[in-house]
Amino acid sequence: MKLTGAQILIRCLEKEGVKHVFGLPGGVILPTYDVLYDSKIKLILTKHEQGATHMADGYARASGRPGVCIVTSGPAATNTVTGLATAYMDSVPVICITGQVVTSAIGSDAFQEVDIIGITRPITKHNFLIKDVRDVARTVREAFHIATTGKPGPVLIDFPVDVSRAVTDFVWPEDVFIRSYQPDAEAPGVEDRIREAAELIRSSRQPCLYVGGGAIISGAEKQVREFVKKTGIPVTTTILGLGIFPETHPSSLRMLGMHGTHYANYSVQNSDVLIAVGARFDDRVTGNVAKFAPHAKIIHIDIDPASISKTIRVDVPIVSDVKKALERLLPMVDDKRDAIQPWLKRIAEWKQKFPLKYADAGNKIHPSYVIEQIGELTDHQAIVVTGVGQHQMWTAQWYKFVKPRSMLTSGGLGTMGYGLPAAIGAQLGMPKETVICIEGDGSFQMTMTELATAAFEKVPVKVFIMDNGYYGMVRQWQQLFYKQRYSGSVIGPTNPDFMKLVGAYGILGIKVGQKKEVIPAIKKALAHKGPVIVQCKVSREENVYPMVAAGNALDQIMDMA
Amino acid sequence: MQHTISVLVENHFGVLARVAGLFSARGFNIDSLAVGETQDSQVSRMTVIAQGDDRIVEQIMKQLNKLVDVICVEDLTGKDIIERELVLIKIGANATNRNDIMHVVNTFRAKIVDVNPESMTIEVTGSEGKIDAMLELLRPFNLREVVRTGQIAMARRNVIKSPCKAGGKAKGGRGPKPAAAKKNKKK
Repeated sequence: MKLTGAQILIRCLEKEGVKHVFGLPGGVILPTYDVLYDSKIKLILTKHEQGATHMADGYARASGRPGVCIVTSGPAATNTVTGLATAYMDSVPVICITGQVVTSAIGSDAFQEVDIIGITRPITKHNFLIKDVRDVARTVREAFHIATTGKPGPVLIDFPVDVSRAVTDFVWPEDVFIRSYQPDAEAPGVEDRIREAAELIRSSRQPCLYVGGGAIISGAEKQVREFVKKTGIPVTTTILGLGIFPETHPSSLRMLGMHGTHYANYSVQNSDVLIAVGARFDDRVTGNVAKFAPHAKIIHIDIDPASISKTIRVDVPIVSDVKKALERLLPMVDDKRDAIQPWLKRIAEWKQKFPLKYADAGNKIHPSYVIEQIGELTDHQAIVVTGVGQHQMWTAQWYKFVKPRSMLTSGGLGTMGYGLPAAIGAQLGMPKETVICIEGDGSFQMTMTELATAAFEKVPVKVFIMDNGYYGMVRQWQQLFYKQRYSGSVIGPTNPDFMKLVGAYGILGIKVGQKKEVIPAIKKALAHKGPVIVQCKVSREENVYPMVAAGNALDQIMDMA
Repeated sequence: MQHTISVLVENHFGVLARVAGLFSARGFNIDSLAVGETQDSQVSRMTVIAQGDDRIVEQIMKQLNKLVDVICVEDLTGKDIIERELVLIKIGANATNRNDIMHVVNTFRAKIVDVNPESMTIEVTGSEGKIDAMLELLRPFNLREVVRTGQIAMARRNVIKSPCKAGGKAKGGRGPKPAAAKKNKKK
């Protein structure tokens, strides 16, 4: 059957099970959009390509299925860069298809030409330039394979317009084989390492489990929960690991790191065996690397060999899919509750003495209060998407996550503006779930152009803007480390009237300024059928605590809450 | 310290940029780089000579291994290997010093590949040490141009095979498609 390159591309997307693509058209991608017009794949028309990539990202994180965006060349391609880098840092399977000028013009500075392959090389797991129409099907197949296996990540396909118009026989490649890419090949010695790990865990007196986003990607929530249930070892998670273990459970130490709980950080610092699972010792987690977990033997389970001993030397490296490794480790470990009784008691004392807390702001609204109430009123079951900044940390601290894939946030790159578009993507991927987006007034304004997408597609996301009129996290650092010189962080006077703004899009807006208004507003928002924006005028100069200042050890904690 | 890193890659366009990019992204200077086809025209070998502490090199090797187009990476530093580099040297030469230069050439078992009234061109192969020693002796003459290929290296006995993907498919041959080729499982 003779088909054009564009027809083959869309046919391949259908065969890969793609239901939605995100993006907007332009010159050289027109043949592809023309085919898309007749496809059963639904186009979600975005207002900006960055929004398209974040939507594909949120879609993938929430659903576990790869997110796809299709955009044109040049400025459209460069607009995807932030979204791709965000997905790359957090290992999210995103497929980004960019149009490209005709192959004969590549390299000639043609209109709307950029070398997007060169630009995205360090921020994609892999990228392809298709030069021959006969390679289209195989390339799409390989792109999906690479994006979704091993340590997932974004893959970009650059699709020149003449290739999209050229014609060839369509053959769907059933199998994918890339000899230089074998993510399932087992590293040598894994069995021995797992035995060593079991031995270390057996002999430990102060063990601690530290779980990251890799465990969620691996689908290992059952194994993590089983491990904790069987051993009684306390568990802390990174921000991307939130929800892998219920934070309401007594064995949970909640999140660790710069804004983690006292007891999580103390537990890690005082542990004698630290079991890192699908986590990568990010600097926001470790604090001062030289002073990190000084007494601990470290076991590290990760699918990416490059994550192992990158910043922290580990004693027992296990290069493996998290789920598979835990399944093999589980039968080798025993109940440790008796053996580590004094340790558990010490942790219980830390919990007692240093709970997470926030100061009562009187009539005013403390942002933590809003998030805590959203947690209660959604029974901790919603998918929560955040921007980046103070509100993101408060969300991590106060929502109380109980299930995986329920906290979507830009952990690695820290991309302000991630929230709204990612929430739209998440909602489209999981239409039956309640999707909450928690944003700051600063972060929200970076991508609020996608309000149009939410309105047009009637995506019922519930957006809560923690409006304090500042780039709050910047202000906090300036207060603590720059003598309260608020250089560039005061944005209140520049903010629009958010209620008029959302009104212009035909979206329901709710504004609250007093504590007593918060619960009714949340209830109203949750009951509303369409998208809704709740502007919370919060107490303006609250800080996120606990806090470990950059360069300090994890147990040198500032807490003025 | 100096490391000799051997990288087997798919012979695709853009692979060199991916490999070089990993070095530059870490602020890591490449002293020399030699690339060429192997016995399999679809596979190229890159030999990279770079300076760096062991920790950085270990990280770079791991990152190289992660590249989809990289088949195999090995650090040959300190191993039993043969290292060679080819250098072309153009020297301003005339009747008065030609004999002195030829003496150096013979001592190093180099070859004179071109002579004209003003200059001569010498071809020499060898390890880095030999090349450096010869250049040192030629420096007092009128060195006009030096072109070096960069070092290539080969293990004396074993074909490099670890740490490799796909269970040692490093011999450069197009791996047979395994009967149980992995299905792309999704949906």
